[in-house]
Amino acid sequence: MTQSVVVQVGQCGNQVGCRFWDLALREHSHVNKKGIYDEALSSFFRNVDSRRSVGGSCDITGGRIQSLKARAVLVDMEEGVVNEILQGPLRELFDSTQLITDVSGSGNNWAVGHWTYGSAYREQIVDQLRRAAEHCDCLQCFFLIHSMGGGTGSGLGTCVLKLLEEEFPEVCRIVTSVYPSAEDDVITSPYNSVLAMRELTEHADCVLPVENQSLVDIMNKIKHMSHSGKPGSVIKKDSAIISGQGGVSGAEKPFDAMNNIVANLLLNITSSARFEGSLNMDLNEIAMNLVPFPRLHYLVPSLTPLYTLADVNIPTRRLDQMFTDAFSKDHQLIRADPKHSLYLACALMVRGNVQVSDLRRNIERLKPTLPFVSWNQEGWKTGLCSVPPVGHSHSLLALANNTCVKPTFMELRDRFAKLYRKKAHMHHYLHVDGMEQGCFTEAISSLSSLIEEYSQLDATKDRLMPDAARLNIAT
Amino acid sequence: MSIVTVQLGQCGNQVGQEFFEVISNDANDTQRKVYSECSSERFFNETANRNLVARSVLIDMEPKVISQSIAKAAKSGKWRYGDLSHFSQKQGSGNNWANGYCVHGPRHEEVVVDIVRREVERCDRLAGIMAMMSVAGGTGSGVGTYVTQCLRDAYPNSFILNHLTWPYGTGEVIVQNYNSVLTLSHLYQLSDAILVHENDTVHKICAQLMNIKHISFSDVNKVIAHQLGSVLQPALTGDSHGLYNRNPIGELMSGLVCHPEYKLLSVCNIPQVSSSSMAYSMFTWPALLKHLRQMLIANAKMEEGIDWQVRAPSHQPEGIERARSHRRPGFNTSLANLLILRGKDVNSAEIGGFQDPTLYTPWLPADEAFSMWKTPVPFNKYEKSAILVSNSQTLLRPLDNMVGKAWNMFASRAYIHQYTKFGISEEDFLDSFTSLEQVISSYSQL
Repeated sequence: MTQSVVVQVGQCGNQVGCRFWDLALREHSHVNKKGIYDEALSSFFRNVDSRRSVGGSCDITGGRIQSLKARAVLVDMEEGVVNEILQGPLRELFDSTQLITDVSGSGNNWAVGHWTYGSAYREQIVDQLRRAAEHCDCLQCFFLIHSMGGGTGSGLGTCVLKLLEEEFPEVCRIVTSVYPSAEDDVITSPYNSVLAMRELTEHADCVLPVENQSLVDIMNKIKHMSHSGKPGSVIKKDSAIISGQGGVSGAEKPFDAMNNIVANLLLNITSSARFEGSLNMDLNEIAMNLVPFPRLHYLVPSLTPLYTLADVNIPTRRLDQMFTDAFSKDHQLIRADPKHSLYLACALMVRGNVQVSDLRRNIERLKPTLPFVSWNQEGWKTGLCSVPPVGHSHSLLALANNTCVKPTFMELRDRFAKLYRKKAHMHHYLHVDGMEQGCFTEAISSLSSLIEEYSQLDATKDRLMPDAARLNIAT
Repeated sequence: MSIVTVQLGQCGNQVGQEFFEVISNDANDTQRKVYSECSSERFFNETANRNLVARSVLIDMEPKVISQSIAKAAKSGKWRYGDLSHFSQKQGSGNNWANGYCVHGPRHEEVVVDIVRREVERCDRLAGIMAMMSVAGGTGSGVGTYVTQCLRDAYPNSFILNHLTWPYGTGEVIVQNYNSVLTLSHLYQLSDAILVHENDTVHKICAQLMNIKHISFSDVNKVIAHQLGSVLQPALTGDSHGLYNRNPIGELMSGLVCHPEYKLLSVCNIPQVSSSSMAYSMFTWPALLKHLRQMLIANAKMEEGIDWQVRAPSHQPEGIERARSHRRPGFNTSLANLLILRGKDVNSAEIGGFQDPTLYTPWLPADEAFSMWKTPVPFNKYEKSAILVSNSQTLLRPLDNMVGKAWNMFASRAYIHQYTKFGISEEDFLDSFTSLEQVISSYSQL
């Protein structure tokens, strides 16, 4: 069984991370009735004897759960969010060495986050990462959670990404990036996002982009459903993917609902690595199957079902509906419509009581409606995990490597261009030690060439590509 | 004589466990003591306190599946796996053949060969080694190929049979075609015979013959195990003089693999019905054999949906006429066939239809091409069953499709960076493609 370490950077990263730990505990407590520290738990938690000194190697394997510590490193350049965590119900999960904080924040400035704090805290961060890695028997993956629009998550987060590649080149790096919406209130968010994009394209193994606007839309959809008052529309308690009910924390805070969605995404991705199933899908298999060319590693996530209706039996049609929904644009976590763009590859991670025949039937059914690139006509990676998420009898996570990310990137480029043309706010960046004009031009050209690669693939979309000529054998 | 099985990767371990379950049930079921003892000796080791321990080694790069298989076996109460006969690591091969073959294989070579050696030493006499794996993933395919290579070096005079499970055509793993091409091209040099089951085919059997509504991998694996068991359980051959054949793998190979260019074997089995229908079914040998023969000729994998229009040519075409008239559409030419009959009144069965020279390629005399085993002991609750192990063009189309899709993907160099980073270069890919095109060409010209 492998372990993963979560690195949460910046305000958004830490808030999402916090929801992740809460929901992870909830999920494991549902399954693990006997309080034994089992393999599944060990993938994200250590079992520590809290009476012994903190920071020593006092991990206990097997046996009863004593005190769980999250395999995490929390980084933030201002103290507000991390302090809240330390005073909240999850405080037992983290010991003080796992937290790296400063006081004044990055002022929404990528350069400050990346260069200033990056070099100031480099050693400390590497230390903590090494320590977290040493506590793992077999470290498989680093999950980095951050946002793109700000200063810390975006700048320091991508600096941490580079560190992860240097120090742990063989460990997979999966990054969950929250992209700003067009109406973002941070003026310099396009600069921050584009500068961060370059790092993601170069140094991450996979990126799961998430847009705030999509999360808001999903949240509204659920609220609308639960308030519509139609008979048979009562949502089962704790089943909505925005719900944190049953978790450790008490009252829900404003962004909690949206952050729960992202937390559920992470739980579903790791479910097959943690629990058993008839067709396992490990984390390293995700990168292997979904990334045909090294830079095109942006995977659009979609989660279904969004909720379970209470008091309703689940006929097969509902199962099929779950598969159909996974490809509808309402369920994608970025504003994109994959059905009308080109699929390079797609992964379906099914949880719960679903058999391989249901899976095959739905793939057969949906295949004709989905445009796949010519050399990957059956580009499906499938996984079956027997343990469903809390509140559902089954669920589906779809990860699509699809050219529908292109419009999102193009919009980002446009917003960047608007500011860059006027050189607006650039002096804030160029004043920072280590930052140069060149960083901007490199970043935008990296983004442009990424967009170009997607465009070239798109161009093949409706053309009938002939099969490559086979080798001829002399007879 | 005994067979040592090596179960590799998730598929190999899951199917392997079902296989031993079928064998153990079949051996226990029967009143025939000699059959039962022969089967037990072949596949199990009897310990001091009368426990049956499977002659099997379980290998995987991550521990979940092996633990499950060992637990399921122990639960059966009738047999179990050896306590030290497994090896696993913490992290899988990530569906990457190169990772399995170049990294995990060599890293764990010593330990794995050691465990196999200990299992081999527990046998009085080794009949052969059967390696069970899938071709789509990373461990079964990559590590499996490397382990086969090691075993070939360690036991140069033993027979090695590779049992392969081919994935669903519509994909379980996106890079499955690359992994399959790399595996098959390497195994072709290392293995003595390659026995193939395709998930698509077995799935259809489950759906149409056995009427299973929600087919799980467990159902698929049970069918594969049943077919494999029906081939390897004891039987009487022409040469065995009234005793059960000592060396099924060796005889399989000498009967079916007469030329190193032709190693792909397929199995079909009749009847195959759901257990609930079994009580109401009456089978006669003439009916079973007629269907089986047509299944062979028309390339049907099961007894429903057979195309009865396809007929063998009326005479054996010679020379130029053969090249010109080409193969009749839909007609499956065989290189060699092995017919196994199990059950009641087996000696009354008329098998002349399978000795018809027009079924076979002309460059092999028909009496060399056909062999038969039989036993009056019924297999796995079927009063009568007929099994055909065939070296024919059956697998040609699936193989061609697999190579075609892999080639298309290779033409755009998609995913290649994932393989080159572990040490498999583009030249290695080209070599593999070339070998398989050669195999395809050979089979096409049968």
